[in-house]
Amino acid sequence: MSFADDVRDLYQEVILDHGRRPRHGKRLAAYDVTAKGDNPMCGDRVEVWVRFASDGAIAETGFEARGCAISVASADLMAETVQGRGKADTKALFEAFRTMARTGVCPDHDAGLDEPLERLAPLSGVHEYPSRVKCATLPWHALDAALEGTREASSE
Amino acid sequence: MNVDKIRQDFPILSQTIRGKPLVFLDSAASAQKPRVVIDAMRDAMETQYANVHRGLHWMSERTTEAYEACRDAAAALMNAESREEIVFTGNITGSLNLVAHSYGRGVMKPGQAVVISAMEHHSNIVPWQMLRDSHGIELRVAPITDAGELDMIAFEALLADGKVGLVSITHMSNVLGTCTPAARIAALSHAYGAKVMFDGAQAIVHRAVDVRAMDADFYAWTGHKLYGPTGIGVLYAKRELLEQMPPFMGGGEMISSVTYEKTTWARVPHKFEAGTPAILEGIGLKAAIDYVRAIGYDAMAEHEAALTEHALARLGRIEGIRIFGQAQDRGGVVSFALDKAHAHDVATLLDRQGIAVRAGHHCAEPLMRRLGVDSTARASFGIYTTHAEIDALADTMTRVREFFA
Repeated sequence: MSFADDVRDLYQEVILDHGRRPRHGKRLAAYDVTAKGDNPMCGDRVEVWVRFASDGAIAETGFEARGCAISVASADLMAETVQGRGKADTKALFEAFRTMARTGVCPDHDAGLDEPLERLAPLSGVHEYPSRVKCATLPWHALDAALEGTREASSE
Repeated sequence: MNVDKIRQDFPILSQTIRGKPLVFLDSAASAQKPRVVIDAMRDAMETQYANVHRGLHWMSERTTEAYEACRDAAAALMNAESREEIVFTGNITGSLNLVAHSYGRGVMKPGQAVVISAMEHHSNIVPWQMLRDSHGIELRVAPITDAGELDMIAFEALLADGKVGLVSITHMSNVLGTCTPAARIAALSHAYGAKVMFDGAQAIVHRAVDVRAMDADFYAWTGHKLYGPTGIGVLYAKRELLEQMPPFMGGGEMISSVTYEKTTWARVPHKFEAGTPAILEGIGLKAAIDYVRAIGYDAMAEHEAALTEHALARLGRIEGIRIFGQAQDRGGVVSFALDKAHAHDVATLLDRQGIAVRAGHHCAEPLMRRLGVDSTARASFGIYTTHAEIDALADTMTRVREFFA
């Protein structure tokens, strides 16, 4: 197997692309809630800002991340997939994604989450690297903290 | 030194990882164990195991003898004046906390200061912060130069007011590989009335440590980095200091006599060794010390210097790699960062090729800030490391960079 084949299970093109050029990697000028996520073991940090639409759904998510390609790509794909979703829907997506990152298997879920879970699926390769699962879930912990109004999250 | 022969002493090195030969470049975090260490611990469990220092039976006497032989071996390894100057702890963190508690709270006075350096492991930072906050001790940090060496002029300036009671500095940085001039540090500290402690976690793996020649007051190291087991740390302290210091933890093994009104302490070093010690680990460490001494520090230091030079040359030629630390005197660890990828991604890609390095802040966050990075990757070498393994690291790093380009 070539070098690239050896690592493609984790570093798929979509992850490299979002890791290198995140579309949502910026602080929002106007936002409703924000929170920081910290992984004290490895030093990764992410900060998210969320703006809600008038119906309470997420209108936009921005983030600043200090970490690896996995955590940046995960934050960016998260920002993409939660857009337009309400709080309960976002939490359900987080739960399903967390299971996928830990086990590599997509759990049973509502049909409405088919499309976002498919877009997040490239990140499921982290389940083979236990120390890297937190890289993928850290942005979601931060988003969850922002939605809950707790301001700080840890992936510990 | 015959590295091929040494490699045969380490059973784990024949493992394959993801179908590729293991290239273990993480010895600075914890070293692999030679067969003699594994056998010593297994033999003790199979043939002569009991608790130590108390049983009046054959098994206990034999086990006590085997365990206490480690104290003699450690004293000889460091050229301590006597075996009573060797205290066994759990690890270096345990040793530093013992000194921070027993010497810091027990002997130092509020208003005095402790000096550390800007390239310390968290274990040589946090106990002094706790001492500062509980006992009114000032904490001073001696800066390093851009090359990653201790700034000796600034260091002396921190001692100048005579308030410093203790200097606690690494003997070799786990991130930069810098070896600090222990004898000069000790002489300066003593000239200004301070005691001096060295964190020898890395140094004792790469060079002979002579506590009397360097005139250290305290010197801490740990078994598992010197090819021995985890769970046993060695603290050297001058006898007069141990006599002066109150115990750290109370309990069995550390007493002379106990009544409800008053307890008297055991003699040093047992005063500092409460509870059942790490018996098997002591027996294993004795075997590790014997193993290292049979190879000899001259041969080990020569081998690791050649490896380090080779690694600096090979990695230094790769575009986009930044190597941290250019100290004149350095040991076998090389920290580096890649312009296009985070250290964790680098470590994962190396791991896919069977190459184990550490990545992260290396328990030295303040040093990371000084270097202006969040994390680095670190390759570290042991007696079993080969030039071919360093070539494998360098070749793979070239491909990692292409992958992330």
